This record gives sequence, structure tokens and C-alpha cells, in this order.
Amino acid sequence: MRRELHALILTLVGGTLLKLAFTGDYARYVKPGVRPLLVAAAVVVLAIAAATLRRRDRRDHADGDGHAHRHSRFDVAWLLLLPMLVLLLLAPPALGSFSAARSGTALGAAPASDQPPLPEGDPVRLSMMDYASRAVYDNGRSLAGRHLTLSGFVLPGDGGTWYLTRMVITCCAADAQPIKVGLTGTVPGRLKANDWIQVTGSYATRKDRDPVNQEPIPYLSVESSTPIPAPARQYES
Amino acid sequence: MTTTEPATRPTATPAPARRRLRPGAVELFVGVLVVAVLLRGWLVGATNSARVQTWLTIFVSIVIQATPFVVLGTVVSAAIAALVPPSFFARALPRRPVLAVPVAGVAGVVLPGCECGSVPIAGALVRRGVTPAAALAFLLSAPAINPVVLVATFVAFPGRPQMVVARLVASLAASVVMGWLWLRLGRTEWLRVPDRPELAGLGKGAAFVAACRTDLVQAGGYLVIGGFTAATLNVAVPQKLLHAVGGQPVLSVLALGFLAVVLSICSEADAFVAASLTQFSLTARLAFLVVGPMVDAKLFAMQAGAFGRRFAVRFAPATFVVAVLAAVAVGAVLL
Repeated sequence: MRRELHALILTLVGGTLLKLAFTGDYARYVKPGVRPLLVAAAVVVLAIAAATLRRRDRRDHADGDGHAHRHSRFDVAWLLLLPMLVLLLLAPPALGSFSAARSGTALGAAPASDQPPLPEGDPVRLSMMDYASRAVYDNGRSLAGRHLTLSGFVLPGDGGTWYLTRMVITCCAADAQPIKVGLTGTVPGRLKANDWIQVTGSYATRKDRDPVNQEPIPYLSVESSTPIPAPARQYES
Repeated sequence: MTTTEPATRPTATPAPARRRLRPGAVELFVGVLVVAVLLRGWLVGATNSARVQTWLTIFVSIVIQATPFVVLGTVVSAAIAALVPPSFFARALPRRPVLAVPVAGVAGVVLPGCECGSVPIAGALVRRGVTPAAALAFLLSAPAINPVVLVATFVAFPGRPQMVVARLVASLAASVVMGWLWLRLGRTEWLRVPDRPELAGLGKGAAFVAACRTDLVQAGGYLVIGGFTAATLNVAVPQKLLHAVGGQPVLSVLALGFLAVVLSICSEADAFVAASLTQFSLTARLAFLVVGPMVDAKLFAMQAGAFGRRFAVRFAPATFVVAVLAAVAVGAVLL
């Protein structure tokens, strides 16, 4: 019984991992590079489950009695059902403004060398991380005179300011940290937390301090903005 | 496939022995699934606050992220249990435990992965007759000093290669000191490494499959407890509190040590988080990097599962102290 139960639980685990990997939902929880690892792990887990069901070894029935006392103890294998059912039934969303408000903006260490020139394009599309580190460490020198496009979700700050925000993950959502860019200029009206927007504008000299960790938050002077649906890959990594 | 062997199965064992085992874990499994699916609508409604959703996302993320490493760890540990003879370790490690500890600590370099994988492996080593002190040194050092983690640290701290050296030295020192401490102060009765009677007498292939299965569901089950705890702490502890002590040298080291315990970040990722904690001193961030792979909420649950709770409640706090001291000492010299 114990073996069959374990095989079933492992089948559920392997199947759930495969589903996440193939629907792309895994990107809500881990970085894109983890996908091949998930597929490989799922294959191994399913193989162990299959081998367990296949091998009706000779002693299995003989030692049923010897196992009896162990059955009275709770089998931790049951706990694996919990995250799998959460994933299959509730499919929690990617982290958003709730986490972003709790963590300080995370620019990381200052780059060792100067910022390279911006790529071609008008407007030029930048990642939030790229914009924020150019704006903070380079005082916007490499951004001067350019039209820039950023996208992210919005996070309400103190005193009616809105921060355009993107979570950055290294491995999984447990290490997610926000990058925040304040919006000034023609800020769209009627925003609510977690709305995804794309904004085009230019570098603004204003900077705030993040109330959580006192790190600088640069600003973007917005010229135009449009609401967008949340992208499939909501995290920068 | 199951029908190929019944002729060889002994029929002497009376069936009633199995009948007594309650009406079936399998039926219960199906029942749980059915109930969960039926309650789905209610569950969705009950969990739609931002805090609960964040909790759920972090909980499942920790489990998903760790699963490949747990699988790797269990396959390696099952191979140790089923395929590698105990005499191999007797020959590979120095006979004297005092010397075996540093050798096992340095051997941690070879396991590419994070801390979730090394727990079942250390368990298998103890079961295979390796002196516990050496297995524990391996348990602590492997997730911190393997090449994947060191390269990640190098990338996360551009222009500061001394951070990589400091992490390597401090982690290795803390692991070896913990191994030696165990030799002096550890008591075997604290350590409960469950025997695997079900593996005895099986062929190599059958023993390997059985060891994979038991290790996987065991490590996986405790990983769930750890993910549960880590997600709860992550959502409940306000980070603002930690940042308030950034300027104070002693408090900041302790604060980042505790942050490492609370966040339970995979050792392959923690360097990037440490790099972003710019208002803390390098020594404090080194403490974060040394403590994280050795003691955290997730790891505590997994160690309690593999070695027993009496072991974990002593080992984890001691490791925390040793890791923080090692970070401070190495930080004072190198950073």
C-alpha cells in the first residue's frame, strides 16, 4: 500500500511539473532557465513511480506485517499533495505589488565599468533594470536626449506617486526583488495597483529614496502610456 | 507488467495481515483529490487576498525550484545506498575521524547543486558507515563551495573577487569546525537516521528504485514543511525592520544572518540577493552567504526529517553561531 501510494504521489508530482513546463506557467514561479531542469526532474520522478509500480518484488507481501507499525505514523509523503494541489487548482499568480511594496528597490552592485551607449531605436525599449541602473549609477548620462519605453506593473507610493515596477528573480519567486521607477509628467489617471502599463518618455533628474531600504528610485518623465496585458514572463531575470 | 511474476510470489503469507492496514492509502489519496477538486471554487474565493496569494506563490516556488535538486540528491543518495559498497568510503576517507572531517568538507566541491540535494546524500553516507562528523561537514560545505555557487557569487559581485574567496574560506572553515565540534560534543543518541529494512535482501536494481522512492517522498515531504515555514516568514517578517539596523556593525551581521534563515533562498541565488543589500557591510553580506546554505527554515525541516528532531534543534543553532563567527573572522581579514 505504502509503495502504491508513493507511486501515485510521485506520478502527481511528475505530471504537475510537466504541465507547468509545457504550459509556460512555471515562469510565474521560477526563472526561464529552470525549465529543462523541471522536465528532467519530472521524467526521473515519473520513471521512479513507474519502476515502483512495476517491481512487485517477492518480499513485498511477506513484509506487509512488519510495516504495520509504521503505518500508524504519519507519512510525510502526503505533504507533497499540498503544493501540487495548490498549483493545479489555485495556480497562484506571479508576484505583484504586494511583494514589491514590502521590499526595497534592488539595483544590485554598481557596475564596474561605464554604461555602454544605448542601442539604436526611437523610442528605445529598455528593461527596468537597465533604465534604473543607467539613471542611478550614471546619472542618466547615457539616457540623455532619448525616447525610452518601459513596461511593468504600477505600485502606489506615498503622496500619490506611482512607481512602475518589475520583479527581478534569480532562481525563484522566493528571491524576487523589485525594481522601481517613479512616474512623473503625463501620468495616466485612474490607475490601480498591479495594472500593467507601457510608458514612453525620457529621463527625469528627480530621485526618491525607497522607504523600505533607502535606496534611490529614479524617475521617468512620461509622455504617453498604454495599458497592456500582463506578459507571459512577468519577471526580469 | 505486474502479471509476469505472480508465479514466483510466495503464497504462504496470509492475506489478512495486509487487510488489517486500514482501508487503503490509495483510496484515501483518491478521496483527497476528489474533495479538493470539489472544493476548488471555495478555495479560490478563500485565498484571493494579496497576502495569501503571495504566500502561495512563494510556497510553491520554493518547492518547484528545489525539486530538481532534491531529485538529483535522492538519485545520488540512492546510488550510494544501493550501488556503492561501504568499503569504498572506508578506503576513500582517512581512518581517523579528525582527518576525515576536512577531507569530507573539501569533497563538497564536487556536488553541483543547492542545499536540498545534500541532505539526503549526507543521510545515505551515515547509513553507509561514514563517520557522522564527516558526513555533516559534507552536508554543510557542499551547497556553499561547489563551482556553480562560486561562479554565481563571482558574477553577483562584479569587481570584488575577494567575495568569492571569502565565501569559500568561511564556508569551508565553518563546515570543518562543525564536524570537529560534533566529534567532541556530539552524541550518537541525538542522531536518528532511520534504517531501511525494506532495502535489505533486495537485488541492486530493486534496492535502487526503493531507495529513490523512499528518499524522494521523505525529502520532498520535509521540503514542503520547509517551504511552508519559509513562505510564512517571508510574508510575515517586515523587511523594513532588518534594513533599520543596516548601519550598526554587530547588529547588521546578525540581521543578515537571520534574514538568510528566514528567506531560505537557494544557495545558487543568494549571492544576487546579497549583492543588492547594498546598505549592509560586506562582512554582513558574507554572513548572509555563509549562513544561508547551512541553516535556514527550509533546511531545518529537511535536516529534522533526515536526522531526527533532537539532532536538528541542537545542530542548527550551533551551525548558525559557527557560521556567523566564521564570516566575521574571514571578513575581518579578507574584506
